[in-house]
Amino acid sequence: MDEFILRPLAAGIGMAAISGPLGVFVVWLRMAYFGDTLAHSALLGIALGLLFDVDLQLSVLVLAVLIAAALLVLQHRSALATDTLLGILAHGALAVGLVAISLRSDIRVDLLAYLFGDILAVSTRDVGLIWLGALLGLGALAAIWKPLLNLTVHADLAAVDGVRVGRTRLAFMVLVALVIALAMKLVGVLLITALLIIPAAAARRLSAGPETMALVATAIGATAVAAGLAASLVLDTPAGPSIVATATVLFLLSQIRSLP
Amino acid sequence: MTTDVLIRGQGLGVRVGGRELIHDIDLTLERGRIVTVIGPNGAGKTTLVRVALGLIKPSTGRLERVPGIRIGYMPQRLVLPESMPLTVRRFLALSDADDQAMAQTASELGVDHLLANPIQRLSGGEMQRVLLARALLGNPDLLVLDEPVQGIDVNGQAELYRLIVDLRDERGCGIMMVSHDLHLVMAATDEVLCINQHLCCSGHPEAVSRHPAYLDLFGALDTNTLAVYTHHHDHAHDLHGDVVKDGEHGHG
Repeated sequence: MDEFILRPLAAGIGMAAISGPLGVFVVWLRMAYFGDTLAHSALLGIALGLLFDVDLQLSVLVLAVLIAAALLVLQHRSALATDTLLGILAHGALAVGLVAISLRSDIRVDLLAYLFGDILAVSTRDVGLIWLGALLGLGALAAIWKPLLNLTVHADLAAVDGVRVGRTRLAFMVLVALVIALAMKLVGVLLITALLIIPAAAARRLSAGPETMALVATAIGATAVAAGLAASLVLDTPAGPSIVATATVLFLLSQIRSLP
Repeated sequence: MTTDVLIRGQGLGVRVGGRELIHDIDLTLERGRIVTVIGPNGAGKTTLVRVALGLIKPSTGRLERVPGIRIGYMPQRLVLPESMPLTVRRFLALSDADDQAMAQTASELGVDHLLANPIQRLSGGEMQRVLLARALLGNPDLLVLDEPVQGIDVNGQAELYRLIVDLRDERGCGIMMVSHDLHLVMAATDEVLCINQHLCCSGHPEAVSRHPAYLDLFGALDTNTLAVYTHHHDHAHDLHGDVVKDGEHGHG
């Protein structure tokens, strides 16, 4: 095996390491649409990054955090349901992003690369960045694991027990934003949420406890990356979609098993 | 501590977005005393509970709380997504209790045989007992129980109320309870606060049950539930203690 395949493989497995444990919470907290919203807003982050000439992953991360903060404020102040607010933020950010990119005629942007990603094109630096981000993210998640689990079970009960609910929730949202900034290059903004929820959902029937489910989700995610990359080489199909398609097949297979 | 008072609230009011949920409610919670809050739907019972728990700040009035008191909270219901694998044991362990305390509390409440079960598979009565066990695990000075008998049949309700009285007797903790039915909870309470946004009447349960403000709110239900109350009252006096134990084993 040469570097051409080793780099994407290392990047994808690094991604699975953080998206598995984070994804189980996205599934438990029913936040799939929240993940989608941050992913869509990533396009605005890319536009702003290009306009102001800053690192794209950094601008995506910052913008995703801002969108998460905007959601918290709107939830507090608005009479609208969360899914409506998410829809407004997601499509508003996406549209503004597309408009902003078009304003600079001197910038040629390959939109497809951002929408679907290009895991085969990752550099050694990208791989290092993904692993650094994944390890930092895992450390942060480990630090908030217990309070986050508590508030997932029952927010008021957790608060009475001394959990700082608002702070923990915000930290979790920032971690999701981090994963989106990291995953953008690999599978693109349209498929990022898939990396969070499909391995986690597939892990459900194979797990009897929360921690097991997080680990199994990572294992399934890593398997999907490896098998998806292999399939894309053999069949000459796009890598990102091949990985997500493989994860979907693994999810369907997991449904054969009954609930533990 | 020189006094048994745990929480004292005076003139408590909560306003959210211009709407007054509760106003002018006095509340005193003491060690060894059971205070029951009753009221119709939308009366603000849960709001008052959330104020007592410190989850929301009162917009008006004063709330004093003895510093450092431990509160055990039993929420109205716990609905875990099916997607979350969580056994009863793991749920109870979230309280940071050690294994010994957990085993002891679980057997006290008759849920020790359920520890390995997924929490989503519990029946209504089993769930309430598990939630009560969770509330007790922090060794609380004050128990706050929001509709503790929800989803339980009438016999089970009487049994759970007896259990709550026993817990008060054994542990000497203060208890704040929410109920929608005065007659069922009558034998298990020292004081009743009847609220409908404001405090309608309060005092000894027998007195509240005859109070005009109470009859205004609940009068129509009165004759229906009186028979249930009398029946329950007989049981509590004749077979106090033994019956609870039998019931627990019967459930297992």
